[in-house]
Amino acid sequence: MMRILRLSFRFVRREWHSGELTTAALALVVAVASVSAVGFFTDRVRGAMSQQASELLAADMLVVSSSPIPSEWTNRARASGLDTALATQFPSVVLAGNKPLLAEIKAVSPAYPLRGTVRVAQKPYAPDAPTDAIPATGEAWLDARLMSQLGIEPGTAISVGAKKLRATKVISYEPDRGGDMFSIAPRLMMNAEDLSATRLIQVGSRISYRLLVAGGTDQVTSFRTWLKPKLPTSAQMQGVRDSRPEMKVALDRAEQFLSLAALVSVVLAGVAIAISGRRYAMRHLDTSAILRCFGASQRTIVGLYAAQLVLLAIVGSLIGILLGFLAQWGLASILVGLFADQLPPPSAEPVLTGLATGLIVLLGFALPPILHLKDVPPARVLRRDVGNLPATSTSVYVTAVVAMFGLMLWQTKDPTLTLYVSGGSLATLLSLGLVAWLLTLGVGRLRTRVGVAWRFGIANISRRARSSIVQLIAFGLGIMVMLLLAIVRNDLINQWQDSLPVDAPNYFLINVQGNQVNDLKKFFEANSVSPPTLYPMTRARLTGINNKPVDSESYDDERTRRLATREQNLSSAALPQTDNRLVAGRWWSANEHGQPLMSLEEDLANRLGIKLGDTLQFSVVGEPVSFTVSSLRSVDWDSFQVNFFMLVPPGVLDDFPANYITSFHLPSGKPELLGNMIQRFPNLTALDITALMGKVRNIMDRVTLAVEFVFLFTLIAGLLVLWAAIQSTQDERLYEGAILRTLGASRRQLLLGVAAEFVTLGLLAGLLAALSASLIGYVLAEQIFHLPYKFNAVIWLVGLVGGALGVGITGTLGARSVITRPPLYTLRRA
Amino acid sequence: MAVPSTSPIVQAHALGKQVISPEGDLVILDNVSFDVAPGEAIAVVGASGSGKSTLLGLLAGLDTPTHGSVTLDGQVLGELDEDGRAALRSQRVGFVFQSFQLLPSLTALENTMLPLELAESGDARVMATEVLDRVGLKDRIHHYPNQLSGGEQQRVAIARAFAANPKILFADEPTGNLDQKTGDRIIELLFSMNRERGTTLILVTHDLALAKHCDKILELEAGRLAKS
Repeated sequence: MMRILRLSFRFVRREWHSGELTTAALALVVAVASVSAVGFFTDRVRGAMSQQASELLAADMLVVSSSPIPSEWTNRARASGLDTALATQFPSVVLAGNKPLLAEIKAVSPAYPLRGTVRVAQKPYAPDAPTDAIPATGEAWLDARLMSQLGIEPGTAISVGAKKLRATKVISYEPDRGGDMFSIAPRLMMNAEDLSATRLIQVGSRISYRLLVAGGTDQVTSFRTWLKPKLPTSAQMQGVRDSRPEMKVALDRAEQFLSLAALVSVVLAGVAIAISGRRYAMRHLDTSAILRCFGASQRTIVGLYAAQLVLLAIVGSLIGILLGFLAQWGLASILVGLFADQLPPPSAEPVLTGLATGLIVLLGFALPPILHLKDVPPARVLRRDVGNLPATSTSVYVTAVVAMFGLMLWQTKDPTLTLYVSGGSLATLLSLGLVAWLLTLGVGRLRTRVGVAWRFGIANISRRARSSIVQLIAFGLGIMVMLLLAIVRNDLINQWQDSLPVDAPNYFLINVQGNQVNDLKKFFEANSVSPPTLYPMTRARLTGINNKPVDSESYDDERTRRLATREQNLSSAALPQTDNRLVAGRWWSANEHGQPLMSLEEDLANRLGIKLGDTLQFSVVGEPVSFTVSSLRSVDWDSFQVNFFMLVPPGVLDDFPANYITSFHLPSGKPELLGNMIQRFPNLTALDITALMGKVRNIMDRVTLAVEFVFLFTLIAGLLVLWAAIQSTQDERLYEGAILRTLGASRRQLLLGVAAEFVTLGLLAGLLAALSASLIGYVLAEQIFHLPYKFNAVIWLVGLVGGALGVGITGTLGARSVITRPPLYTLRRA
Repeated sequence: MAVPSTSPIVQAHALGKQVISPEGDLVILDNVSFDVAPGEAIAVVGASGSGKSTLLGLLAGLDTPTHGSVTLDGQVLGELDEDGRAALRSQRVGFVFQSFQLLPSLTALENTMLPLELAESGDARVMATEVLDRVGLKDRIHHYPNQLSGGEQQRVAIARAFAANPKILFADEPTGNLDQKTGDRIIELLFSMNRERGTTLILVTHDLALAKHCDKILELEAGRLAKS
């Protein structure tokens, strides 16, 4: 073993000096650097995104209970090194003078909020500023709506229960405000110390007690695990992932974009390493034959080369990881001004990922041809035509595909995405191989119709049919990935951003009474704002599915349990909304209006285990009502339109009390509209979702930047594939060039021949790459991102011209030693 | 395995080699039999394509015959697998080739140490240095092959061939890539070292003058033994 290692070190040392390993090592370093840079960067971005999502809870984890939070829980969290804060929420009447108004009271302890920041203003709708403080004892902060509805100015005395408070500031932003937006009355925030003096905390009061927890992921997880079995049915835990569905969609999509970007670098690096590995093996056939001749066993040969690979993998990976770390650090520091918050430091995971990636990529792609070295017959020392590397080997492809698939799955943790990307890559490989093969068959006809240089160049393609196919596949794959990234980067991300139009609703309006609907529409028209659609909403509780009772014990998952047992909002509609898509069943006809049918949002149906045709039992204002599920819908939650999990046909709920809800876009030039509306309809509650939307947009922008950053690495990896492919035929090219020059070919003729060969290869590879990229782009858009695909002619133009020019210039430059190296030098070495 | 010193050290019995070519089966060697006594120097001569190198490959166990057998130092090669033959070579066989076949990534010393290390012999470095000294390359032991002249490279190859003290040395056109003067010096070195160490030498050459240095000449004609 030591003997093999010693020999390996000797080989590596010398081969590094001779440049034998440069391409393979560079490919490895770039592969690991890109994966690590993406790893480190996405690790930090994910951290930042989780922090942002934490803002929506004002914590990393939230416990909501209808009974007071036991001090044991708080103590345990603190003992685990977690930060805690308490908040108590309940609806109560606020009195200003003699004017009563129902408000949502929130009494908070110091340190609230643990994540995010409260913003306050001195006057309603005045410029605001962040604050670390909470209302002092004896003070209260009111939102602008409450102030204007009460008709008071800051400084006015108000009463909450038995306690007199002074309204000092206006709350303009509260991180966890959006948690349950449909039930929020205007907000009043006060200090928890004043709570008992209100005498509102009585047995039977509708109070929500909240324990906010924040800290390290491990501590939060272990606290969660500790608390779970102790949690009574009256209490629920919420994590970052359980918060708003549109935020979950944004986070998931962000992860997919980044994973996809990381994957393409890995694919390209793998291709470059496979080509370099094959060349390395070809150049070591003689060495292996000599070693065999002098008595080296097959085991010794395998050990010798495998040890070299592992050594190279470790050193290359470490350099790659370091470069990756530096690259993401540089990027983070460039982007620090663009990010609202600092990025958290990366975890150690990307280091391990980098090392593992280095080993898997190098061994998966380079080992199969190198393993062939053990089979080189020793007779090769006498006859060089025996023991050549087979042009195609199933084991090479199987190992590479398995390695690639494993890496993809590991990186994305998404089998569907992995299947699509690897399927697309394989299909491209096969189609590129097929067309390259057809080309080499048909190229003879072209040869008679072109000049001598082109004839020489094209002849080379058909004569070196096997290596031409390998090169075409490499070029095609390289260009395809770059084009695909351009599609993802430009088309898909733009479409995604465009899916949030500039005039997307920025306010929800709730608590609209039936008799106010027409007046409200007229109010909008009078203010030159097109009146939005108002949706009726009836509160109901799901009591049974197919007559089997539903309670909190029916489901294990906390989110499902909450979804099943909370108050449901039933709405009616004659037609589905434009951002809804029917995925099962059929929509009701006009004849079926008034029938007890129901259309369910598909995720909710899946979670609750409800199928088409099931009957659902509800209690509406204490009265039992049953519906049959007639259709399932997918809902675009990030459209910010009002949407419902449960819809029924018009006329079914007419006998039950309902209020109305809508969303509308308040133009930035009309801030007074809101104040006027509240004055006119004081019972309405307007919820500002601009802040929330801003956050979603912010996340999208960050992801775009991250993808563009990753694009740089993909570009380097792509260039390395081109370089490796050029290198792979370099020895043969040098030898032929030397012979041709000896026979009297001019440098110009040789140069033109080489250029003609690479331009033709580039053109064809570009054509195929454009075709594959468009196809994969289409599948990604339709199946993964759920966006309509738009045909992009620029992709084809860039593919063809870029392929011809890029491969032509790079190839000619890479092969220039054919022209510059003295023929004698090459012939002597042969 | 104890073998009496009078028994032949190399025995070729009815040795034949056929390969499949586009034109059908091609006979390269046909029914070749001969014995080589220990310490003997044998020259295999013949025109290009007469099967000289194929015969050398079969005798050294670098290739397997289509029929017939080779016994090397008492061991029938056909009874061994490829790794078994490799082990046998590492213990008892040395090679010198026309194109030197030095590993470009190793220095003269490292190239010479290679068979010693593969055979797991004692102090490879000391033994290799001694033999390099013997071939007159003491000052160039840390040079790489591309830093040495053709004659020097072949000296390294000879040093490598003798380093592990093989019983049998196979030489394939050892002067084929060298000029006359250098070639003569190499032959002189090869034969003197052969005598010093009592090695059996099997030399493949088309050069009759060179062949005359040997105890016996085998002439191949189109794969058949013409004269022995």
